[in-house]
Amino acid sequence: MKILVCISKAPDTTSKIAFTEGNTKFDENGVQYIVNPYDEWYALVRALEIKEAQGGNVTIITVGTAADEAVIRKALAIGADDAVRIDADPKDAYYAAVQIAEYAKNNQFDLVLTGKETINYNGSQVGGMIAEALDTPFISVATKLDVNGSTMTLEREIAGGIEVVETGLPVVISCAKGMAEQRIPNMRGIMAARTKPLQVVAPVSVEDLTSFVSYTMPDAKSACKMIDPSNMDELVELLHNEAKVI
Amino acid sequence: MSVLVYINSSTGIHKSANEAVTYSKKLGGAVTVITNGGCDAVTLASLGKYGADKVLVDRSVNSNDDQQLTRMIATAADSVGATTVVFSHDLTAKAVAPRLSVRMKAGLISGAIDLPSGDGTTKVNVFSGKAFGAVKVNTSKKIISLLPNSILPEATGSDCAVEDFNGNAGSTNVKVITTKKPEGEIPLPEAELVVSAGRGLKGPENWGIVEDLAKALGAATACSRPVADIGWRPHHEHVGQTGVAIRPNLYIAAGISGAIQHLAGVNGSKVIVVINTDQEAPFFKAADYGIVGDAFEVLPRLTEAVKKFKG
Ligand SMILES: Cc1cc2nc3c(=O)[nH]c(=O)nc-3n(C[C@H](O)[C@H](O)[C@H](O)COP(=O)(O)OP(=O)(O)OC[C@H]3O[C@@H](n4cnc5c(N)ncnc54)[C@H](O)[C@@H]3O)c2cc1C
Repeated sequence: MKILVCISKAPDTTSKIAFTEGNTKFDENGVQYIVNPYDEWYALVRALEIKEAQGGNVTIITVGTAADEAVIRKALAIGADDAVRIDADPKDAYYAAVQIAEYAKNNQFDLVLTGKETINYNGSQVGGMIAEALDTPFISVATKLDVNGSTMTLEREIAGGIEVVETGLPVVISCAKGMAEQRIPNMRGIMAARTKPLQVVAPVSVEDLTSFVSYTMPDAKSACKMIDPSNMDELVELLHNEAKVI
Repeated sequence: MSVLVYINSSTGIHKSANEAVTYSKKLGGAVTVITNGGCDAVTLASLGKYGADKVLVDRSVNSNDDQQLTRMIATAADSVGATTVVFSHDLTAKAVAPRLSVRMKAGLISGAIDLPSGDGTTKVNVFSGKAFGAVKVNTSKKIISLLPNSILPEATGSDCAVEDFNGNAGSTNVKVITTKKPEGEIPLPEAELVVSAGRGLKGPENWGIVEDLAKALGAATACSRPVADIGWRPHHEHVGQTGVAIRPNLYIAAGISGAIQHLAGVNGSKVIVVINTDQEAPFFKAADYGIVGDAFEVLPRLTEAVKKFKG
């Protein structure tokens, strides 16, 4: 089975979030990039498990600049066979999705896995867009994936519940918690990652559908009002009369 | 201008649907609802109260298959000449709206929390709620997926017409084997009140006091990530940067330290109450009301106070 895993970089979860250039750009100063947790913990690890069980090939793909190769090597250290970097600095999910779909189409992948969303833009857009561009089914927010020949059996989250579905190949799947367990790369993996093939591919020409114009930070919270633990009637009264939420 | 709004009516009309219709009305122009499945016409007509001029329903589509829904919505958008398509940002929208964006070549704004502003941009949550972004759409058509609890539903009109519609949804390769729906629970992303607990509760056997408070308030329950990881609570209750992001009116957190990754998923809440034995717990910095105390004593006491208040 040929598996393509879409990887995005994301700022480390403890990063300070700030903006520069008149609040039009994310301030990367001092920010450590990690592999987006959903892509790494669930999509990539499940792809590796499938390969280990039945053979095949796992390719990582990212749309990014040369600076993103450190993040690609981190993902390779966990165990993928090779990586592809589409050489562009994407500003828009559609732009990235079209690049990935183009590569997937030209290289005939059976299974395309993404994380359920990135932890910086939280758009949940790329997976569905790739599926539409490839005209394949899209199984979103999958928490379980069993492969039986060319039949995929999946559990996915739907509004207020869980659905068990069956589909064939090719298919695009966005992966969430439950799909696999996080793997910590070992020394051998990290060494091997340095020499694994990383192919750089020129982007196709695509117009962005959207752009982020500016950013703002939420208003600072006013001081916390402390309440005596023995006086819960007071809390209820405040929630009703002051906060007006009950 | 013409606005098309997709409503998931498979389990009736939820508050989030009324919000999406109200939002669409406020965008200006004619508002058409497109939905599918077996919801009865009387219930669907009630969307008129929130501003829908007409409801189109494709009775032949009985799943939430993303390819079929995409085709159906695109057909409806064409037929009413919609320039904007609105979704409520739930799991169906997260699967369907991106597909529709590609199909219609329409820029997608996901997770909108407000109406477009004067400069034509729309505010969305980014960095898991740690900041906001203003998004501009570069195409003539656009799609807006609205976060639940972002605007108040306003019922000012009257029932509207409901018409059968053929959305040419086509076939699908995805077969639904079973559907499991937890009975009687409030879906977390839509809940206005949420009671949440963390590792401070010490074990799954102690969740009774959390559920009692949730029941007294009519709230949904949530938890921190380690609690879901060790299997004390189901995964769908896990809130935070790598779980569900919520923005209820009231978030009560007991025995949760308030790590940055947890806060990321809940800091859109209007009011936060924190119960923690440690007065240095970081969560107090993000709280509106704080109680330094033992959750095992405070939660039952709060439940009693709520019951007394509700009579
Ligand atoms: C990449 C990444 C992503 C993450 N994503 C998430 C996420 O999405 N959501 C999330 O929640 N976490 C996430 N985490 C984990 C996060 O960093 C914290 O470890 C976690 O939130 C802590 O959970 P907790 O508050 O329940 O437990 P603890 O940190 O152990 O805190 C327990 C709290 O309970 C208090 N307590 C103890 N006994 C009592 C009592 N009797 N009464 C009242 N209070 C009591 C303690 O004082 C303490 O403050 C993530 C971490 C990483 C690295």
